Amino acid sequence: MSRFDLKGWSGKLLRVDLTAGTCTDEVLNEQWAKEYLGGRGLGTKYFVEEVAADVDPFSAENKLILAAGPLTGTYGAANGRYMVITKSPQTGTIASSNSGGYFPSELRYAGYDMIIFEGKAEYPSYLQIHNDKAQLVGAVHLWGKSTKETENLILAEFHGDAKIASIGPAGENLVSFAAIINDKHRAAGRTGIGAVMGSKNLKAIAVRGTGGVKIADPAAYREAALEAYGMLKQNPVSGQGLPALGTPVLVNVINQLGALPTRNFQKDTFDGAESISGEALASTYLKRNKGCMGCIIGCGRVTGLAGTRFGGDGEGPEYETLFALGSACGVDDLAAITRANYICNEYGMDTISAGATVACAMELAEKGLVSEEEIGMTLGFGDADAMVKLVEMTAKREGFGEKLAMGSYRLAESFGAPELSMSVKKLEFPAYDARGIQGIGLNYATSNRGACHVRGYMISPEVLGLPEKLDPQATEDKAVWTKIFQDFTAAVDSSGVCLFTTFAIGAPQFANFCTAATGAEFTAETLMEIGERIYNMERVFNLKAGIDASQDTLPKRLLEEPISDGPLKGEVSKLGQMLPEYYQERGWSEGGIPTDERLEALGLA
Amino acid sequence: MQKLIRIEPSKCIGCKTCELSCSFKHTGEFAPSRSRIYNEVFLDEAKFITVTCMQCDDPWCVKACPKSAISKEMPSGVVLVDKDRCVGCRTCVSACPFGMIKYVASLGKVDKCDLCGGDTPECVAFCPTGCLSLEEEDKPLRQKVLRFVNAMKDGQMEA
Repeated sequence: MSRFDLKGWSGKLLRVDLTAGTCTDEVLNEQWAKEYLGGRGLGTKYFVEEVAADVDPFSAENKLILAAGPLTGTYGAANGRYMVITKSPQTGTIASSNSGGYFPSELRYAGYDMIIFEGKAEYPSYLQIHNDKAQLVGAVHLWGKSTKETENLILAEFHGDAKIASIGPAGENLVSFAAIINDKHRAAGRTGIGAVMGSKNLKAIAVRGTGGVKIADPAAYREAALEAYGMLKQNPVSGQGLPALGTPVLVNVINQLGALPTRNFQKDTFDGAESISGEALASTYLKRNKGCMGCIIGCGRVTGLAGTRFGGDGEGPEYETLFALGSACGVDDLAAITRANYICNEYGMDTISAGATVACAMELAEKGLVSEEEIGMTLGFGDADAMVKLVEMTAKREGFGEKLAMGSYRLAESFGAPELSMSVKKLEFPAYDARGIQGIGLNYATSNRGACHVRGYMISPEVLGLPEKLDPQATEDKAVWTKIFQDFTAAVDSSGVCLFTTFAIGAPQFANFCTAATGAEFTAETLMEIGERIYNMERVFNLKAGIDASQDTLPKRLLEEPISDGPLKGEVSKLGQMLPEYYQERGWSEGGIPTDERLEALGLA
Repeated sequence: MQKLIRIEPSKCIGCKTCELSCSFKHTGEFAPSRSRIYNEVFLDEAKFITVTCMQCDDPWCVKACPKSAISKEMPSGVVLVDKDRCVGCRTCVSACPFGMIKYVASLGKVDKCDLCGGDTPECVAFCPTGCLSLEEEDKPLRQKVLRFVNAMKDGQMEA
């Protein structure tokens, strides 16, 4: 077998054949590691090499890849992330979903960069890894248990210091937006990767590792870390806003801008914003701030609902959750939102799609397209208790939950009104209305996994003014900026570092980290090229899967119905003005297909 | 007075950067299992507890060592292992009631916190929240006393 001589990476992957019940070590492909880094890039490279694009996401032929990056498990910025890669049952596109906590780093201390799951287990199983020993064991006793209960049972029976990622009942029930939860509260949330795990009868992965991540040039790595620390500390977002209030700091900011989607995007300012804001959370249910492994930002919010009508504790809600379970549903009850967030974590579901799907159902009910009898209860915007109930019913596929479990697009389509699903490629929008912020709309339309903010966070330049302020309403230059953000994000997602660090540090700092860690030469330019290579690889997979340029669009509401209230009243998305320029910037044809020349230049031909 | 790593648990965010920076400085690898400082995260209770060697005045490990390989250096007060004298018998590991000295198989020796031998231990330098500091004065204790005193003061103001 080939050798792996570089540092940074562990240089080893674990291949788990669920059908045969075997675990096999493989040397990581060194050439691919240099071309795709790790995490999202390298995981997707392995995926597209091994899986046909037309694969049925729930078939044994689909694979599920958990991939850390060469910087996962180190310090320097916020270095505790991993990616899950598969074909999404929700969107039919390539799926990659990111999470932090402690599990990703532990995988590296056990000596692995990546785990590839293939086939399907005959009965519920989970994977135990203790350094170089890996084995599949039965999980019949864990099936049906919440992610929290699952972790506690595995800690008791396997290893008290294990770090665990698992699915809850939502993943077992193949809810189309089921998540994989690790360290009890951290979610690889989007695109239904938890349902793929459930379809494979794989309940959990438990890892205990006592080794280390080797670094090629420790002195240079330490220098790079000190530089990045200084930049992260001085930056207003990573050094002040996120540590102080977490992502909920954005509720008031985006509401005041007039782009906080409310009542399923029928309004863009929310009367109840103040009561679901980061400031409100800090003065009510917040217990303390928390960071992931190797993180100096610490945006995590540990909360508890003792003394409310709900009770319970956990992490969250994050900003996107406050929108999806809050303003999108017209719900201003912070305790109810937090409770629904806990349900999502414990049952293993994406809070964004869960909330946005309930919001869609509320509009269907409001318009009389679905009856009280079909839902099994009265339902209207602002009904906090109904929202909480429906989220739980979704995870259990109970009653109307059976419909909600399909996601908003298939739900709305089944009642003859697909245009009421606020989604792209069947993935629900996050918490920024594209009518008010043009560049983020272009990113939503062209993101390789559907409507997603963390594939190209144009909010950073358009709203937060980082690295420089752009006029959110202008369309000029948005194509080139969107491409840069998407490519850079793909590289960061492949390094093992949290995207939130990019408010403060850029490609030059990432190049310093990657070079010092691995001993291979990276520059800002080669990292951007790696990002572009990954982006095009994902695009090519989607095209082969039948997701073409006709789906690079936004719902009719955003393109044709002007914003009805607030400072941005009257605005619509001008996607049509930006999209051709975007294809041109990317070196794609007018039909959105990467040209042979472009693919060749990126080493993808 | 002796300088010690002072720990203010309320400032901790559970990022384990102390474990990462400690192991990286002393082993060249990011290996929390080799760290001399421990940041334990209790997910359910939302508590983060950090502990390391408190450089005892009359250390159990020093008394236990049959080779006189461990000594309390003055005036720094640091309890140091002489790697040349240590034979890896692990008697000190058994003796320390806090588990703050451990045997490292790859070295065949024991290993413990030496405050990095200078003014700024690596964990203190990299702690992102100021939870850790190297001080002669026990400032976290002073903060606790002040909280108590202020509560008393507020009570008196009302009375």
